[in-house]
Amino acid sequence: MSTGLVSVAYVVASICFILSLGGLSHQESARRGNLYGVAGIIIAVGATLASVDGGVTAIVIAVLLGAGIGIPIANKVEMTQMPQLVALLHSFVGLAAVLVGFSGYIEPLIATTGAEHTIKLVEVFVGIFIGAVTFTGSLVACGKLDGRIDSKALTLPGRHLMNLVAVIACVLLGAWFLGTESMALGIIALVIMTVIASVLGIHLIMAIGGADMPVVVSMLNSYSGWAAASIGFMLGNDLLIVVGALVGSSGAILSYIMCKAMNRSFISVILGGFGQTTSSSSAADSDQTVYESSADDVCEELRNADSVIIVPGYGMAVAQAQNGVSEMTKILRERGVNVRFGIHPVAGRLPGHMNVLLAEAHVPYDIVLEMDEINADFPETDVVLVIGANDTVNPAAAEDPGSPIAGMPVLEVWKARQVVVLKRGMATGYSGVENPLFFKDNTRMLFGDAKESIDKLVGGLRG
Amino acid sequence: MKIGIPREIFKDERRVAATPPSVHKLIGLGYEVVVEGGAGEAANYSDAAYEKVGASIAADTTSLWREADFILKVRAPMENPALGKHEVDLMKDGAFLVSYIWPAQNPELLEKLAAKKITSFAIDSLPRISRAQKMDALSAMANIAGYRAVIEAANNFGRFFTGQVTAAGKVPPAKVMVIGAGVAGLAAIGAANSMGAIVRAFDTRLEVKEQVESMGAEFLELDFGDEEGSGGGGYAKQMSDEFIKAEMALFAEQAEEVDIIITTALIPGKPAPKLITADMVKSMKPGSVIVDLASERGGNCELTEPGKVAHHHGVTLIGYTDLPSRMAKVASDLYATNLVHLLTELTPEKDGQPQVNMEDDVIRGLTVVKEDEITWPPPQPEAPVSTAPPPGTEEPSAADKAAAKKHADRRSLIGKSVLLVVTALALYGVGAHAPESFLQHFTVFVLACFIGWQVIWNVTPSLHTPLMSVTNAISGIIVIGAILHLAQAENIAVGIMAFVAVLIASINVGGGFRVTHRMLKMFRK
Repeated sequence: MSTGLVSVAYVVASICFILSLGGLSHQESARRGNLYGVAGIIIAVGATLASVDGGVTAIVIAVLLGAGIGIPIANKVEMTQMPQLVALLHSFVGLAAVLVGFSGYIEPLIATTGAEHTIKLVEVFVGIFIGAVTFTGSLVACGKLDGRIDSKALTLPGRHLMNLVAVIACVLLGAWFLGTESMALGIIALVIMTVIASVLGIHLIMAIGGADMPVVVSMLNSYSGWAAASIGFMLGNDLLIVVGALVGSSGAILSYIMCKAMNRSFISVILGGFGQTTSSSSAADSDQTVYESSADDVCEELRNADSVIIVPGYGMAVAQAQNGVSEMTKILRERGVNVRFGIHPVAGRLPGHMNVLLAEAHVPYDIVLEMDEINADFPETDVVLVIGANDTVNPAAAEDPGSPIAGMPVLEVWKARQVVVLKRGMATGYSGVENPLFFKDNTRMLFGDAKESIDKLVGGLRG
Repeated sequence: MKIGIPREIFKDERRVAATPPSVHKLIGLGYEVVVEGGAGEAANYSDAAYEKVGASIAADTTSLWREADFILKVRAPMENPALGKHEVDLMKDGAFLVSYIWPAQNPELLEKLAAKKITSFAIDSLPRISRAQKMDALSAMANIAGYRAVIEAANNFGRFFTGQVTAAGKVPPAKVMVIGAGVAGLAAIGAANSMGAIVRAFDTRLEVKEQVESMGAEFLELDFGDEEGSGGGGYAKQMSDEFIKAEMALFAEQAEEVDIIITTALIPGKPAPKLITADMVKSMKPGSVIVDLASERGGNCELTEPGKVAHHHGVTLIGYTDLPSRMAKVASDLYATNLVHLLTELTPEKDGQPQVNMEDDVIRGLTVVKEDEITWPPPQPEAPVSTAPPPGTEEPSAADKAAAKKHADRRSLIGKSVLLVVTALALYGVGAHAPESFLQHFTVFVLACFIGWQVIWNVTPSLHTPLMSVTNAISGIIVIGAILHLAQAENIAVGIMAFVAVLIASINVGGGFRVTHRMLKMFRK
């Protein structure tokens, strides 16, 4: 196949990818979008295969093997495990970038000289650096999300300094790498840098706690894009550059949205740790009382309600309560109750995590609303069920300017006539800030495992 | 330990201190429960219902009192005319008692109890702090009384509450004035309002204005400087003479206008203030109704006859003192729940053994007799909790805020300028020194970033997870680079690296698209 045809095929593939992302703007066009993506990748790989001279067997074997591993995993994965899977896939992109980077340095596809050569070396170096950080960082994120690694923020003393030293060391290695003529020395420099970058990736993500994971995962998503883009520069391949840029900006936007939703700067999230930077300013007044409720009473409330809003959080995912919630929603809707869901942007461990879980449990997506869409409706709502959410419904964010989470946009559930909080105990949320919601007069606590509580409610509503 | 639930012997008392659901919970706390036969009858709870949840039924009154170690009742212990004996004398020495006691009015009762070493909890002496709200029987009963007051008023009132326009003519809505916006007053406001009446309310405590308005009534305000009527624990205090004068003028004016007056004004430890004079009653329209919820303590109206319905100057004056008992079922339910909460506090181990922890403010306040010692009155609790925010947490002033905002604006402006300069320098560097081929790719890169930026903002937040998985799959495009290397690999190490890269990038592509597809399939209307 001529290079011209390959270029045209790449252009078509690029358009397919853009359409694919564009399709996600609405649920109805989203599936078509995904198919565009598949088409794009098939066109791109097909064209590439047609253009290469040898090694087709090895390539086909590798592709089939890879797809053969990937698809069954994707078929099996639980929706609650999506964050882990996404993080794992990010790490693959990172590793692939590292490997391709090394290959590109040892056996360049295009011969370069002078300034072009220097730029290419920079691209190799940057590509491998980002790839390595993405690889190990994503693995750690995956481990944390999966519970294999403690999801608490690991805060070593002087950790900012360590990160800084690592980055400076990489820059110095880079200078040495550009200066050396010998390939052996160059490879040594690359390997050392890869090791440092890998450690940096591990350390960066270890320092970030569980509830900041949405930001981290979207950030790694962004990195994997930039890694692909820098490899594209190295190979002089526009398709890789376009896709890398698309993915990179997508991840960047998601990180930005998540940070906004927590009213925190990107830097402060990445530099890690919420708990230790804040002192709990509004310690609970010992005189405050919580009202405990029973499943029967909540059933009664729900039966008498005209409108109900359910606010799920990570606790719902942990307890795997989404199917019960869906069942309850169905029963209530059949009774003519206006049931809706209010989703905070950072609920869960992945952007849009709650939406996927609810969709899996067959909750119709048109009653699942975003924070901005539903916040104005709380005052006219009879009952709000808060299931495993804490910081995202904390009135201190709106009412107490001295609170560490002041200014964070939250779901204003306390404005409803009655709030029922399903929770294991009185522990604070991720931010470590006391939640005054639990002490409000119109709040009832239903303690216990979310799934068991929901099952009781479903039983009660049926009976 | 055995809890005894006697039948109330006070005249017309229909309430009972425990209901079958509450007995069930008491048994859960480790107690045995004995109920006197017929104790719940007037509140529609049969003996069989109690037996069903595990209580035993006492053979007769004397045996119940003798058997029980812990008596729960409603009214304070009194002389039993049928047996000719005081209820306290029927009790075991060293037993426990929870009931209304009114220790201030009944010093002899306290002595009697102390003589028999009966540890007594006066539910009416509960400190009014929010932690104790779940045990607050006074509020629970006041709520019922307020509701019932409106029902009694309606029953004695010859017109509709709500205004109507019918073919037979127009009926104006009833005008109701509620004096005292405590729990009872607010309940009365709510009930009258929901029946369609025009409701006005007066209270010396300005802090309740919002609550009154939230219940749908107009708050009658005296234009009277800053004298404020809040006493301790959410009660009112006595006001100055001038204030009372102005207040009386307001009532006189309102009396001529309204159809129904419901008075709920009480000052702790004092007889009820006389707010409605005989002259005001006289000035009311014939057929009007006054419900005096303070009649047990002498009444807010001069003409009230406690416990009775009286008629003066064409106005019906309702002075019932047993309004909660007239709604015996709900009153018993709430009272019984209050007592369960109290016993839960008293029995932290759930072993059926009450522990009187005098360090606990709530328990301390309730306990009027501990063994042989009279512990009433309790030491003064802390000052009333003010609803105003403590000075430390005041909102920053507008000026501070503006300054902070200005500061933040300036910082973000500096940040933006720095970013702009750095970007310009970088672009200049790239443009001046980079070779042609790089610039082409650079153009593509920058444009693609902008396209990505535009496209991604349109993605609906609910599809953020599929977005991540699809971008994941797409970033597997790095497979192209790996393929190119694998195809031309000369060095075996490069070949292996490229092979692995193709493999894992393919996992990404296959897995990413597949899982996205699965997810998107789930999104259904």
